[in-house]
Amino acid sequence: MTVPSPFALEAVNITKRFGAMIALDSVSLSLRRGTVHALLGENGAGKSTLVKCIMGYYLPDEGQVLFGDREQSISSPHDAHLLGIGMVYQHFTLIPNMTVAENLVLARPRLPAVINWRAELASLEKEMKGMPFQVPLQASVNTLAAGEKQKVEIIKQLLLNPKVLILDEPTSVLTPNEADEVLSRVRAMTQERELSVLIITHKFREVMNYADDVTVLRKGKYIGSTTVAEATPQSLAAMMVGRETIASPLQRAQRQRGNASLDVTDLWVENDNGVDVVCGLNLTVHDGEIVGIAGVSGNGQKQLVEVLAGQREPLRGSVRLHGAAYTATRAQMHEHRFRCLPEEPLRNACVGPMSVADNLALRRYDRPPYSSKSRILHRAIFKRIAREWVESFGIRTPGIEAPIANLSGGNVQRSVLARELSDAPHVLVVANPCFGLDFGAVAEIHNRIMAARNGGAAVLLVSEDLDEIMEMSDRVVVISGGKLVHETTPATADMTRIGQFMAGH
Amino acid sequence: MNGEEVGLIGILFAVLGGAIRVGTPFLFVSLGECLTERSGRINLGLEGNLVMGAMLAYGISYISGSPWLGVLAAAGAGSLLGLVHALLCQQPRVNDIAVGIALMLFGTGLAFFWGKPFIQPTAPHLPAISLGGWSDMPALRAALEINVLFIIGIILAPALAWFFRTSRWGLNVRCVGESTEAALAMGLKVNRVRLLSTMVGGALAGVGGSFLSLYYPGSWNEGLSSGQGLMAVALVIFARWDPVKCVYASLLFGGAAALGPALQSVGVTWGYYLFNAAPYVLTLAIMIATSSAKRRLPGMPGVFSNVK
Repeated sequence: MTVPSPFALEAVNITKRFGAMIALDSVSLSLRRGTVHALLGENGAGKSTLVKCIMGYYLPDEGQVLFGDREQSISSPHDAHLLGIGMVYQHFTLIPNMTVAENLVLARPRLPAVINWRAELASLEKEMKGMPFQVPLQASVNTLAAGEKQKVEIIKQLLLNPKVLILDEPTSVLTPNEADEVLSRVRAMTQERELSVLIITHKFREVMNYADDVTVLRKGKYIGSTTVAEATPQSLAAMMVGRETIASPLQRAQRQRGNASLDVTDLWVENDNGVDVVCGLNLTVHDGEIVGIAGVSGNGQKQLVEVLAGQREPLRGSVRLHGAAYTATRAQMHEHRFRCLPEEPLRNACVGPMSVADNLALRRYDRPPYSSKSRILHRAIFKRIAREWVESFGIRTPGIEAPIANLSGGNVQRSVLARELSDAPHVLVVANPCFGLDFGAVAEIHNRIMAARNGGAAVLLVSEDLDEIMEMSDRVVVISGGKLVHETTPATADMTRIGQFMAGH
Repeated sequence: MNGEEVGLIGILFAVLGGAIRVGTPFLFVSLGECLTERSGRINLGLEGNLVMGAMLAYGISYISGSPWLGVLAAAGAGSLLGLVHALLCQQPRVNDIAVGIALMLFGTGLAFFWGKPFIQPTAPHLPAISLGGWSDMPALRAALEINVLFIIGIILAPALAWFFRTSRWGLNVRCVGESTEAALAMGLKVNRVRLLSTMVGGALAGVGGSFLSLYYPGSWNEGLSSGQGLMAVALVIFARWDPVKCVYASLLFGGAAALGPALQSVGVTWGYYLFNAAPYVLTLAIMIATSSAKRRLPGMPGVFSNVK
């Protein structure tokens, strides 16, 4: 008789190459039954690649995946699902135009030819009782907030009764409270049922509080595995970044509040479905201060930023820069040195198929030094400036002629930072600048935004990460239901009250 | 009853009857386009399917003596054109709009080429059911001469809605049309779902064409279709990709198209061509009224939201 393996899943010596690049170099990972295992690493460390090899998106060049004591050849996510490996992706895979119930039923590997909705709903409601959190079954997914969508994603996998559940950065869209709720429930589940969880993250807090074991990757290499009991955040940080120095802490220069540079008065904006989501918002940002807008996603932040960035027309209300009306024309942006780091920079601030050099020039390509008076572009200047910025901002790219869409998330964000911050902005709008980035990149981006503020820029920071708001802001406002409902400073802030205002109480 | 009243009621009945007569091909083409678009492809080539279906249905009906065999042939030809569209579109870097326009020209051109011998002869027509026997008003009786294809069409529309809502295949089609990534993650074969949807959609458009040549106007010539296949695309948007609403939209378009002839039949001769343009004006007006630069169209399949 053989003793069953203590491991629910093992990846043994996985190597994956993309052309000449080695994304994974003989990486191993062992997930003990009934535990939460954290996979920790910086951007581009190979975490996602490893998981995609396990899930069958990629075929590893070398190495095996062992599941339930046996070597498995998993050639598609479908195979993985049939074996009992479920995965919650970093980006939502729910279908927005369908209801929660339809999404949940669709996820089943075998559906009957004709679906009896009454019976399905009844059985779903019964099954929901055993779930760690509740979601509205009949609601259309596009009406749900990010946190609720994440819960639906997890429930969708749990309904399939997986033996192994992989979560890819599951808390990056959640508020701290939601993140704690989701992770503690997931952890409880590993003890209640036969479930083992592999969670990709770069947040030490989550590793220390919710994981049993941790495996660290760096630049595609296996660095080590340990139980969390034997680890400290310092030891993990050392494993994660190696000998590289950790970025210096934020340098906030003492300075007097300057003139009001960005002034928003009674702004009303509707979303794509014609619903008012910014409802009479008033906001002022002065030179040399960072105003942080805290709030649960879906309370109008996105549309506010889109109006300021020129991607959406407001219904009514006024936006003024330095006292002059601002309608987000290119000329006005140039005149007021208005710069913006929107969320999802690849989609909102870049042209994906265009080269890094061209994307870096998007703000000023029609002006000297990029082009002459006759609007002839000087390609040599494009290249020279691009090379300078790639160097000074540490953008990791195969070359300045590579399409920017090929870069990793952190490097796309660095490219946009380089373009938006290099000509001393006067007004800077920043939205979720560190979404999905590792902590090294986060510190660097925070420092650069702080430097812009110290240089006298009026900075508006919109973020779903409350820690980031508290760390960065001079003033904090809370948005709820499309209006600012609370104002405070980080020094005097009462987190409980902020939480209540965020929740709309 | 004075003459003016008879005229007004006459116009009303004529428009009603016309809505059904002219609306039937709209109905089939729009149901076909609805199915295709819900799977995430736009097939602009349905005009070609329509004309090809009309020609083939007429020819087969003439040769075999059975109009239903003609309808079947039209459906077959339509699904073949759909197959070509789907196969071309699933090649990398092929645009479905461009393929659609090419196939529209191909389908109509081929139909004209093969259809030359069928312009003169008379083929057996599709039957109609008289639902107006209880009335002694000839205008109403004429309006209630309901063709069998229309009845099939109005049964098909709720059936298609049911299919989208409660059948596995229907959910698969919607899933593929809403998000390619989600569908792939679920292990659906995206290209195959779209291929089948385009083929069935093409077949329905072919049936719509058979109605033109075998019922109303009821003969084959090169000026038979006046762009119904293209207008059906606008109609699907107007109907918000909902098959049941396609019925109402088709009747509305059909009624608009019947306005000119109806007025002429009661002696209003001025503006005949103006009224004949009513469906086209309606198409434009609806596109303007229902589209918005800022809002997403409710009901639009998700894969189109990137291109708008």
